[in-house]
Parts: sequence; C-alpha cells; structure tokens
Amino acid sequence: MDNHKIDKIIDKHNGEASSLIQVLLGIQSENHWLPNEALKRVSEKLRVPLTRIQHIVTFYKAFSLVPKGRHEVHICMGTACHVRGATRVLDTVQDLTGIKPGETDLDLKFSLDTVNCLGCCALGPVMEVDGKTHGKMSPVQTADVLKNYK
Amino acid sequence: MSELLLQIDGKEVKATEGMTVLEAAQSAGISIPTLCHHEKLDPFGGCRICIVEVESGGWTKLVVSCVYPVEKDLVVTTRSEKVDRIRKTIVELLMAHALDSPELQDLAQEYGAERDRFEKDASFCIHCGLCVRYCAEVKKKNAVGFVDRGINKEISFIPEIASKECWNCKECFPLCPTSALQAAFVLTKALWS
Ligand code: SF4
Ligand code: FES
Repeated sequence: MDNHKIDKIIDKHNGEASSLIQVLLGIQSENHWLPNEALKRVSEKLRVPLTRIQHIVTFYKAFSLVPKGRHEVHICMGTACHVRGATRVLDTVQDLTGIKPGETDLDLKFSLDTVNCLGCCALGPVMEVDGKTHGKMSPVQTADVLKNYK
Repeated sequence: MSELLLQIDGKEVKATEGMTVLEAAQSAGISIPTLCHHEKLDPFGGCRICIVEVESGGWTKLVVSCVYPVEKDLVVTTRSEKVDRIRKTIVELLMAHALDSPELQDLAQEYGAERDRFEKDASFCIHCGLCVRYCAEVKKKNAVGFVDRGINKEISFIPEIASKECWNCKECFPLCPTSALQAAFVLTKALWS
C-alpha cells in the first residue's frame, strides 16, 4: 500500500489523532492487513506514538499485522451453530481451501477464522464471507458459496 | 485548592483536595506498599498492591490508594486482616510470573505469601507499566510499549526508536521490579543488529 492511499484515508478523517482507530480500520479494509510502513506513516501524520498504535492493533482482533486473503471467511462456532453442524461446515472449508483457522492460503485468496457468535443463531450454521452472511449451510452449499469467490 | 482532614490508621492527616490517599499517607509518614506507583508518573492503578480499606458515610469499602482521591473525614485503614489477605493473594499471583523478584520476595515475607500457590508462568513482566509510562511521560520517547492483551500482554521495544534512544538512557532499567525489561531490551538489540 503506497503512502498516497494512506494519506487519503488520513485526510478523510481530517488527520485527527482521535480518529486513529477509524484510520487503521480504513487501511485494514482496503489493504486487508497493516504493514509496518503503514503504521509508521499513520504515526507520523497523526502524531501518535508508534507504541500506542502497536498496542491498539494488537489489542483488537479486527486488525491484522500479517497479510490476509482477498476474502475473509468466518465460521460461527457459537453454541447454536455448533449443535447444528458448524464443525462440518468448518471441515468443508478447511478441505477446500487447505487452510486452518487463523491461516491464509498462499495465493492470498482466502483467510479463515472462527468466531463465537455472529448474532443470527436462527440461521445456524452460519458462514460469513467478506461480511456477507450465508445461513443454514450444509457442506454442499458451503462448497457452492466458496466457488463464487475469485 | 482547599485543605481537608482525614484519618489514616487512627492519625489525623491534613491533605489537599485532589491528592490521592497514597500521597496523603506518605506525607504523614505512613507507608503503603506499591509496585506500579512512581511519583513522577500519572496514577496508574495497575498492580493493586496498595489496596486499603476506607470508611466514608458509614460504608466500608476497599479502594486502590494510589488512584483514590482524598475526601473530607475519610477513615483509612492501611492494614487489616482483609487487606493483608488480598495483598497476599496479589503477591502470590505476581510470583507466578516473576518468582525471584526481590521486591516481590520482600512483600511475600511481609504478607506470608506462598511461593508456589499458583502454577508458574515465568513471563517475568508483571505489567506494572513503569518502563512504558516512564519512557512516554518523562522521556517522551515512546521506545517501549505494551502489545497484545490479557494473558498475552507483554512489553515490546520499537527497534527503530530503541536503537537511537535507549543506549544512552536506560533510565527505565532500575525501575523494573523484575528483570523482564532488561531481557526484552537485550533481545531486541540482538534481533535488530
Ligand atoms: S518490563 Fe518491568 S517495568 Fe516494564 S511493565 Fe514489565 S515489570 Fe514493569
Ligand atoms: S501502586 Fe497502586 S495499583 Fe500499583
């Protein structure tokens, strides 16, 4: 990610230090991860010490300090999804992508993570891809959904 | 700032509004144990070892004296069975991380803490934040900070800043109640050079 793009995100928030988290979220969503260079740029522009930025980006799970795939897959492992077969959905995704929760594939296509509740238990088992919710997943449907992502 | 009177361990103590209970006690020569407190730094309230009992308006409660502001007619008890028991547990918990810290050993002796009450997790850092806050507040260099959270929280040097600033400063080293800080610094140096 080049400085120009980072600066644009910073400018959108008027370069205010109080918008630090918003700026970081902006970079995260555009770039899928936060490279060290980006953190340094944000630190200089917003005049926030790097130590503080590091504390924040390691605190919240929404931030990633390693490259993430173009598509982020979240499988809900909450109680309701669990009893409705979330493990089978997870197994299917692992088989198809070859990655485990917390990992990213070599082509940077998918990142996989489990979550503990997405708040729509009636739809369980739930899989979320890039923020879009796919409910009542069976292994076959899971495979069908993943095919749509390039 | 108005003056007020409070009672600490049965002694009348004069204090100024805005002072903490710890400061008031210290000004009267009454000692309360501390680990994360430093007079040059903002109150932090991280270690909880300075806990005391206070009575105000007929209620007794436990408060952390290094962040609790003085009140008129407050009755403070710096040692009681309850306070001692809590301090004992705090020391036992901290010793799971840094068994050989001399400061913790002294406290352990004072409060009868058992060395092996909790399973060891020798991370050495007790998260007092003295190094982090000293670097930020006094030296304004921000060379060392915390990363991660909960049981994974640890201190981390920013190599680019540390390589420029730390070598000639190292003022935080003697503040650390354990040896975690120096170890982290040596490690950063080794990895960076
Ligand atoms: S390294 Fe030492 S001074 Fe720094 S937070 Fe940990 S225990 Fe405190
Ligand atoms: S000295 Fe008060 S909480 Fe640490």
